[in-house]
Amino acid sequence: MTPQAPGTVPPRADTGSAPAVADAIVDVQDVHFAIGSRAIFRGVSVRARRGAITAMMGPSGTGKTTLLRLIMGQIRAQRGRVIVFGEEVERLDRDALYRLRQRVGMLFQNGALLTDMSVFENVAFPVREHVRLPEPVLRELVLMKLQAVGLRGAADLMPAELSGGMARRVALARAIVLDPELLIYDEPFVGLDPISMGVIVRLIQSLNRTLGITSIVVSHDVHEIGAIADYSYLLSEGLVAAQGSPAELKEAHQEVVQQFMSGSPDGPVPFHYPAPDYYEQLLERPRR
Amino acid sequence: MSAAARRSIALDALRKAGAVTLFGLRVLGQCVPALSRPRLVVLQVYNAGARSLVIIMLCGLFVGMVLGLQGFNLLQRFGSESALGVAAALGLIKELGPVLTALLFAGRAGTSLCSEIGLMGATDQLAAMEMMAVDPVRRVVAPRFLGGVIAVPLLTAVFNSIGIYGSSLVGVTMMRIQPGTFWSQMQNAVDLHDVNEGLIKSLVFGAACSLLAVYEGYHAEPTAEGVGLATTRTVVTSAVLTLLLDYVLTAAFL
Repeated sequence: MTPQAPGTVPPRADTGSAPAVADAIVDVQDVHFAIGSRAIFRGVSVRARRGAITAMMGPSGTGKTTLLRLIMGQIRAQRGRVIVFGEEVERLDRDALYRLRQRVGMLFQNGALLTDMSVFENVAFPVREHVRLPEPVLRELVLMKLQAVGLRGAADLMPAELSGGMARRVALARAIVLDPELLIYDEPFVGLDPISMGVIVRLIQSLNRTLGITSIVVSHDVHEIGAIADYSYLLSEGLVAAQGSPAELKEAHQEVVQQFMSGSPDGPVPFHYPAPDYYEQLLERPRR
Repeated sequence: MSAAARRSIALDALRKAGAVTLFGLRVLGQCVPALSRPRLVVLQVYNAGARSLVIIMLCGLFVGMVLGLQGFNLLQRFGSESALGVAAALGLIKELGPVLTALLFAGRAGTSLCSEIGLMGATDQLAAMEMMAVDPVRRVVAPRFLGGVIAVPLLTAVFNSIGIYGSSLVGVTMMRIQPGTFWSQMQNAVDLHDVNEGLIKSLVFGAACSLLAVYEGYHAEPTAEGVGLATTRTVVTSAVLTLLLDYVLTAAFL
């Protein structure tokens, strides 16, 4: 089954309440993670409910991508647990981790297409690696997925010939080619023009609603993600600063949430990187 | 240089040798699965080998011609210029062929391997493979390593053949050595043991240069500068290691 074209997204039941443990496909419990002496997470707990779109938001540098890498088992938490499909990721050996990853699709920020392969071969890549399919069946499958993202006509192009938005859509086709149960999007809207952004928003929504794929979207585009997310987490300073439906987040009173949602340049998240006094620094003699 | 600094450099070198060895074992472990998809390996033999043919042939020709000139000049002093064919063939087959081919391979194909893998890392292609449950060492690194190991002995054979032809051009065509003498002495003096020595050397150099290239590429910092530095390290380390291994192997064969 392929997702419908953008613009024909069917309605769905409300999934905007706080996810319970039993519903959670991804359950991150009290995770601590530091790089050197810099603490990235100081006890983060988030859950992604089955069949819902969960947004992970936060200012740049708050560790959103790091959280995805923890969920995918690319890095290990120093404390806390990361449970995906009921399995504790930290305890899985390489083979088990790879089996788990076959149930997950991931869309990278820049698409991460394999540059020495055509669009068709890029989408066919995971199938060729994991499943033995007759070539005609494989061709049909790949063309179906490319049709779903509107790029069937670009099957023979090379990644270098694609625009940023097209590359992102090809990467999305590749991410869904094995029909994953969980799709993870890392900053899917970065650097896209409004049309491409709208297309990606619609695709995320339609994939979620027509195929029932659980989705985790990491983004700091409040407007776009607010339009499609069922539940959102706002990360700041290594903690979950706020959580709830997009509407609830807009109503939250914490300063950091208000600053983030309204896009104020200064506030709890300062505009300036910590620095010595401005005037003193201007007046002091340069070191030789 | 202080004793502490010397110790630190020695420790760094040891750490790096250990890391390369461990990575090499991991790559070797993935070579059998990689061989089950011969198309990938053949493609890398083409990339590393066939695409290096022109530079190998040109260099082989000039090295052979220089050997012819220098050899003739030297042997003439002892009235033994007829032994030029033997001298050129043995010099090329046992020493110059494997060493120079490995150095040229490191400069032409090793840099290409390193920067290709490094850029794949910098553009998240390796991470994307990991996320698709595809081991990049099996899919990307092992076929390239095997391609290098297979290509270097083949390139060495081409280098040697063209080099011997180059020395015959100088010796027979220019210096008027009797062709019968030139070729028959070579045929009598060069035996299978000499060819095997060259073959083993080229296999070892091919494995060393390919391993260093894929190691540096795989562990390159994912930035333009990082990939550039890794590429430079590949050439420098490959050259030094090739010459070091050449000494060790030559001593072992004597």
